[in-house]
Amino acid sequence: MKKTFIGQNPSVMWFLLALAVFTLAVTLLSEATGIGIISTSFVKTLGKTLCLCLVAVAMDVVWGYCGILSLGHFAFFGIGGYAIGMWLMYARTESIVLESLVGQPIPPTPQEISDAIGNQIFGVVGSSEFPAIWAFADSLVLQLLMIVLVPGLLALIFGWLAFRSRVTGVYLSILTQAMTLALALYLFQNDSGLRGNNGLSGLQNIPGFENTSQAWVSVIFFWASALALAAGYLFFAWVVSGKMGSVVKGIRDNEARVRFLGYHVESYKLFIFTITAIVAAIAGALYYPQAGIINPGEITPIASIYLAVWVAIGGRGRLYGAVIGAAFVSLLSSWFTGGGAPDIPLGFYTIQWTDWWLVLLGVSFVAVTLFFPKGIGGLFDYLVRKPS
Amino acid sequence: MFRRLLLVLVSLCVLALPERAAAETLQDILQTHQAEVAKPGRRSVGVVLDDLVASGLPQALPFLEAWRDREIVQRDIDGLFFRAVDEGLLDLDTGAVLPVTDTSQVRPNGGVRRAIGDALVQFQLSDPNISKRLAAVEAIERSMDASQLAPLRASIDGETDPGLKVVKTRLAGMLAARFADDPAVRIDAIKALSGDLSVDVRATLNQILATTFVLERSADSDANIKDRYFGGTEAYPLAQAKPLLTEAGLFTPPTTASDLRNALTSRIEDGAVAGIPVAKLDTQETRRVAYDRLAAAGTVPPFSEPIETWDWDPSHISVGDYVVLEVYTEADPAITKAARTTLTAIEQKVAMSQAVDLGLDALSLASIYFLAAIGLAITFGVMGVINMAHGEFIMMGAYTGYVVQLFVPDYTLSILVALPLAFAITFGAGVAMERLVIRWLYHRPLETLLATFGISIALQQLAKNIFGTQARPLTSPAWLDGALVFNDVIAISYIRIAIFVLALLFLAVILFVLKRTRLGLEVRAVTQNPGMAASMGINPDRINMLTFGLGSGIAGIAGVAIGLYAKVTSEMGADYIVQSFMTVVVGGVGNVWGTLAGASLIGFLQKGIEWFNPSNTLAAQTYMILFIILFIQFRPKGIVALKGRAAAD
Repeated sequence: MKKTFIGQNPSVMWFLLALAVFTLAVTLLSEATGIGIISTSFVKTLGKTLCLCLVAVAMDVVWGYCGILSLGHFAFFGIGGYAIGMWLMYARTESIVLESLVGQPIPPTPQEISDAIGNQIFGVVGSSEFPAIWAFADSLVLQLLMIVLVPGLLALIFGWLAFRSRVTGVYLSILTQAMTLALALYLFQNDSGLRGNNGLSGLQNIPGFENTSQAWVSVIFFWASALALAAGYLFFAWVVSGKMGSVVKGIRDNEARVRFLGYHVESYKLFIFTITAIVAAIAGALYYPQAGIINPGEITPIASIYLAVWVAIGGRGRLYGAVIGAAFVSLLSSWFTGGGAPDIPLGFYTIQWTDWWLVLLGVSFVAVTLFFPKGIGGLFDYLVRKPS
Repeated sequence: MFRRLLLVLVSLCVLALPERAAAETLQDILQTHQAEVAKPGRRSVGVVLDDLVASGLPQALPFLEAWRDREIVQRDIDGLFFRAVDEGLLDLDTGAVLPVTDTSQVRPNGGVRRAIGDALVQFQLSDPNISKRLAAVEAIERSMDASQLAPLRASIDGETDPGLKVVKTRLAGMLAARFADDPAVRIDAIKALSGDLSVDVRATLNQILATTFVLERSADSDANIKDRYFGGTEAYPLAQAKPLLTEAGLFTPPTTASDLRNALTSRIEDGAVAGIPVAKLDTQETRRVAYDRLAAAGTVPPFSEPIETWDWDPSHISVGDYVVLEVYTEADPAITKAARTTLTAIEQKVAMSQAVDLGLDALSLASIYFLAAIGLAITFGVMGVINMAHGEFIMMGAYTGYVVQLFVPDYTLSILVALPLAFAITFGAGVAMERLVIRWLYHRPLETLLATFGISIALQQLAKNIFGTQARPLTSPAWLDGALVFNDVIAISYIRIAIFVLALLFLAVILFVLKRTRLGLEVRAVTQNPGMAASMGINPDRINMLTFGLGSGIAGIAGVAIGLYAKVTSEMGADYIVQSFMTVVVGGVGNVWGTLAGASLIGFLQKGIEWFNPSNTLAAQTYMILFIILFIQFRPKGIVALKGRAAAD
């Protein structure tokens, strides 16, 4: 079975191979495990990029394969980040609070510890009470479960409502965008229980790994991200191949015809929407400990549109296209905006890429849509000539 | 005294300044009452003040101020009065500065100074200078006082400025309601206030209705009682009763966790408290045990349990038959009754006015949404093109207005220039975009979304590069400043009215173009069936181009209007884009009336939610979006859904 699956999809094997080589190379070049050519912060950037690739793969499945242009998948990504961030922040604050209470004449009660943690975390929004949504924040296992459950349920309910009433096409895009906006606006409030626009911070300090250097932490997260990307890629490659994949692609190409053939289109769409939301959340849960901070600005609708942009530039309808698009655009973006690209003096005006990168991205995006609808991934078609 | 005062007023305001000043100097008057001025008492000072007021001397006012401020001195050799200044002694009549000699300071006590202050009010209220009169009236408004009533009333008749006269009369009415001596006069004054919705009238009535809470043993009392509260009722919860009960010694504040900790911490002996080792004190229960042992030994007061309800439980509150009386500070029940009735009537009117005001607010918000969305209603609603750069067209229009104002300093003219120019520029941009990008993507709507998003971020960043990140002003002409005030509650700024009118105008223009012109006919034909339209001799390319240009141009004009109302930034378009799409979708795609309905629904809804939760506009927006998501579940085609063939995608 496995052999035939790989046999049918040679690109999966090539991708996994490339990812393994890349991971090995980064490991050997990193500061912690190798010769130290790649700095710790760059290892983190690469790890984050792998997470973005994973969410892009999910986006590609829901959009490129199922035809649902969701402008809400980055919100699920953010929810995953918030879910893990709650535990990270709670556990770290707890260890800090316990340390500070050691000198007290009498040992603290559990209530006092909890109050002190609450004060530490929510003091910034003028509160000290733990909101109800933090009920499980002290348990890593439950909070890991939340990463899957919260976005999964949200996607399930939202998808059920939307697909049931046959909201399709651009209407669905606008609806998902509205959902993302509502979520972001909600999180921006100080009394949302998630620290308003301060967001959750200090996530790069992993509790239990206080004595491990950030160089090591970065490599571990890089490995975890690579593993998650490989697993996610394999899983989605399996989902979109075979009979299920054919139905999904059929829905993209002609939904009415698939429905007439007797398939319950809504269930298929709901399954794809929910499962990709969960994978997006997992990607987010791996991303934000490497980024160190999450705030509601990350979830605004524009982030989800960028996600669609990556997938479109990489090439829709092929999983490796999404990976290439996400990696290419996000790395290029950080190179340009980070001041890595040289300025171009025109004599009368100097083009500074920090100012002009978005203009270039916008214009090139229009160009890709117009002239290369298959994206960068489409270039591979020229390499692999199929016998016709 | 009033009559005399009136006489003074007449002499001050109507006649030219008095000739009596020549006959008598200030010093003369003061010397007549030398003893009373030098050692003023509350009783004796009245005569001096009366004479000073009666004299009508202009120098009397600065003298009174100086007297009040303890700047008056008496020269020891001859008993003459002077004002002490840094340079020496100031002659009160001539203003000449004399060298310093031995003097003794005149020290009026508090009561005298108050009497002087009242006399000053009389002077100021009838000062020939209107700004001083205004200042005096404002001073009274700030802190009302029983003593101000008489001078204020006296000054009304002599008031020459009609506006100020109205203010004075109104103020006198409020003062009479609170401070008049005769209850009948007060009740009349209170009833006369009923037509006034202003905040200070309501404050005046509330002050008349001020209450205090007293704890009594019996429910009977001859005080003017507003209400009685017995234990355990929700109307008067424990939290409110605590201070009263504590004061009466009926309630011991509960021992808090930190009290407990502090008590234990200060009594650690040899690593243990009351025999319990410190290490074991890490739960509330063991701490309590230790505390109880300390209490039993008598070192700390007994533990007081926190109580949550005011149940008159004898274990906390020793006597069961207490009652809390809410007593009016005003003793006369007739007055409080009149005030209560009047206040209720006023509050009803205020509530109604607030509802009307909210309606006007909602209407103006709806017009802004409509303006922002109407261009989109054409490009998205009629043509089915998702234009994510629509918001950037709004922004371009606003920046056009800003640039025009840089060159045309006259605001009225600049707006008149900016409106057509904004239309022209965004029309051009729209046509260019349609020609270069959108027409290649008519069969791929989702990709139009992404391509126009690319244009959107490029345009936004371009605007940022050109105009910078800070907000740019777009100033409205002076005749749009201010607000149309209906009463103290209902007011709407002219700029909002202008936006509303503009929205109506747009609606009319769009409807006219679509329904009554050749272009509109062709647009409708092309959107319904491009192939058939083409075979009828319509050029679909040209029509699509013009329609898109029209929609974009309208966005540009909307941008000028929105820029007048909000700040012009490179991100202003992005603020409106999601809202605009929702407006069109909620209203029903392909229909201008639908957009109107959608904008009204969203505008009124948002204001309505804000009304329930006024402190939190973010929450209002969140709930509104959730409502829209749900609404689309039940009416996927929007409020005004197209039927028949036109409804097909």
